[in-house]
Amino acid sequence: MRKVLSVLVDNEAGVLSRVVGLFSGRGFNIESLCVAPTVDSTKSKIVITTSGNEQVLEQIQKQLNKLVNVIKVIDYQNKDFVEREMIMVKVQAKTDSRAEILRIADIFRARVVDVSPHSYSLALTGDKDKLQGFIEILSPHGINDIVRTGTIIMERDMRGRRKLT
Amino acid sequence: MSKITGAQALIECLRCEGVKHIFGYPGGAVLDIFDVIMDVDDIEFILSRHEQGAVHAADGYARASGRVGVCLVTSGPGATNTVTGIATAYMDSVPLVVFTGQVSTNLIGNDAFQEADIVGITRPCTKHNYLVKDVSDLPRVVKEAFYIANTGRSGPVLVDLPKDVMKCTMNFKYPEKIELESYCPTYKGHLGQIKRIVNLLLKSKKPVIYAGGGIIHAGASDELIEFARLTHIPVTTTLMGMGAFPASEPLYLGMLGMHGTYCANMAVTDADCLIAIGSRFDDRVTGKIDEFAPKAKIIHIDIDPTSISKSVKVDLPVVGDCKVVLTEMISLLKQRQQDLAALHDRIRNWNESIREWKEKQPLKYVQKDLIKPQYVIEMIDKLIPDDAIVATEVGQNQMWTAQFYKFEKPRLFLTSGGLGTMGYGFPAAIGAQVAFPGRTVVDVAGDGSIQMNIQELTTAVQYNLPVKIMILNNGYLGMVRQWQSFFYQKRYSYTAMRNSPDFVKLAEAYGAAGIRVENPEDVQKAIRQALAIKGPVFIDFIVDSEEDVYPMVPSGSPINNMLLV
Ligand SMILES: Cc1ncc(C[n+]2csc(CCOP(=O)(O)OP(=O)(O)O)c2C)c(N)n1
Ligand SMILES: [Mg+2]
Repeated sequence: MRKVLSVLVDNEAGVLSRVVGLFSGRGFNIESLCVAPTVDSTKSKIVITTSGNEQVLEQIQKQLNKLVNVIKVIDYQNKDFVEREMIMVKVQAKTDSRAEILRIADIFRARVVDVSPHSYSLALTGDKDKLQGFIEILSPHGINDIVRTGTIIMERDMRGRRKLT
Repeated sequence: MSKITGAQALIECLRCEGVKHIFGYPGGAVLDIFDVIMDVDDIEFILSRHEQGAVHAADGYARASGRVGVCLVTSGPGATNTVTGIATAYMDSVPLVVFTGQVSTNLIGNDAFQEADIVGITRPCTKHNYLVKDVSDLPRVVKEAFYIANTGRSGPVLVDLPKDVMKCTMNFKYPEKIELESYCPTYKGHLGQIKRIVNLLLKSKKPVIYAGGGIIHAGASDELIEFARLTHIPVTTTLMGMGAFPASEPLYLGMLGMHGTYCANMAVTDADCLIAIGSRFDDRVTGKIDEFAPKAKIIHIDIDPTSISKSVKVDLPVVGDCKVVLTEMISLLKQRQQDLAALHDRIRNWNESIREWKEKQPLKYVQKDLIKPQYVIEMIDKLIPDDAIVATEVGQNQMWTAQFYKFEKPRLFLTSGGLGTMGYGFPAAIGAQVAFPGRTVVDVAGDGSIQMNIQELTTAVQYNLPVKIMILNNGYLGMVRQWQSFFYQKRYSYTAMRNSPDFVKLAEAYGAAGIRVENPEDVQKAIRQALAIKGPVFIDFIVDSEEDVYPMVPSGSPINNMLLV
């Protein structure tokens, strides 16, 4: 089972290595990881995408909570949330395919962030599936490089709204 | 107060924490601190002969007294030498604060002389650790270190002190309050859950209490005794829980697990309700995990949420302090007199079966011409005072002590359970003796283990710490030999302890006393003699070399599958 957790931590040196060390030391899996300070600059948020069976996922959350620098671990299981990831793709663009690539970019609402005689670099945000679809469609053109940020996640503010189902 | 240096501030912090003893070893990076310590007379510094010895001594001090053990060592090799001691304390939840010297802040990361990233190295084996980069953080960090070490599930905390920070000056003020937003252990258990537990156990037919070291850490022995007597539920303890429940109580089953008693292992396997309190389902306890307590509803009371449902799925968990939760349970039970009476009736047969198991397969050995190690343990038990503290090394000596010494009270048994660190017992005994100068302290040792920290004999002699070291000299790394004997066709690969020193002469060379015992009839006399000597004594008991520890559950088997004598 895949799970995205967001971990609020003290923004101090060494905290990330405590979190990452916990995962490696206990054999937990990290699929992706994003870290940045929050509005309150003394705290950081680490978003970790991990996977495992129910028991493992429960242990991960408990072990994270046990770290002295971890303030809060948020599990989005029963919450409404938005999940995003950003990707940059450098795709080969030859004379006969340049228009087609731009059309694909348009359909996915990707932005062209760099152009060269040989390639386009496209940036796209979305959830995992959308990014995967984008990569698949572009692959036949020849992808030179891909960089992904890893998933970030945020709870929806459901006040005054109907709950999505 | 006028300005003081970081080194002076450190000592002030220790005074504020009520520290009376520091175990450690000097070096370049901590010269400033040692310069201050030289003139301090309200805190005693005990110079070990190896930093590992210092940490184990602080650990023994902490386990015996319940106070936080404190260490101070230098950077680099001094710091790395503490790692085994820290990991030992971490596995057994022992509260320590270890101060390590560090190179000056401007040199950190430069591969400077005697630099080691000890914060990085000890991250996975400390409860928390700190690098103090600014002297003004020192009081807060020390306060937090002691607080974290000794609250919740206790454990070791390391504080790394760069040399230049110890020279900086500051206006000293010790914080009154702890402000740790991210750390707040749960002491009080969830009441609704506690009520469900009480209901469940009142309905049980074959309940067993499985108590661990958490009882001792929480000071919950009296509550455990009251709880068991109130309910008539029998009690087994883990290695770390020895002494949490008096061995002489009729409800006591002995230790469970790999070298547990027949009766404890049978009872747990047959139980319909297992009440785990302050224990953590270690693999040495559970054996084959899917067949551990297969018929039982499992209740688990523990202060550490990560211990719950880690290896065994628990039916009714409560996170909280053992003492607080037991007290709550006792008061709820007292309002249920009728149900209690019914429980007593219902489990009468169960306690009867347990008595039969006890009688069918007691722990046993036969004392013939050669000294049996078990006999030595029984004689130690017979001859040393009730409040004596017994440390052990690791191996057969440890298991025989757990089996044959009857622990009546908590904090009298010091042993490395989780990590199984050979060389732990002797320095731990030294630490316990520092905490209790007037009491008898014994280290039950193996001929292998004792050589791992034998240098601490100098420490014992120097500080006149009259620890009695009882070596069960079987000429082997006995426990490993036992496995080779059972599972590797007696191929004793490198487990014969050839060329051990003459322990009697060795003791004398260190300025201690040495006694050798080769005949069973001299065992008691030698122990009496050792107790009468004012200083440290080595007794070298030449014991039957191929004696094995029974019962034994082969690793990975269910615990009712025991090899018996
Ligand atoms: C530091 C360390 N190294 C290795 C081991 C593995 N080990 C466990 S028991 C044991 C034998 C101990 O021999 P001894 O001290 O003579 O005790 P005995 O079993 O003979 O009583 C060994 C080598 C260990 N527990 N700790
Ligand atoms: Mg031996």
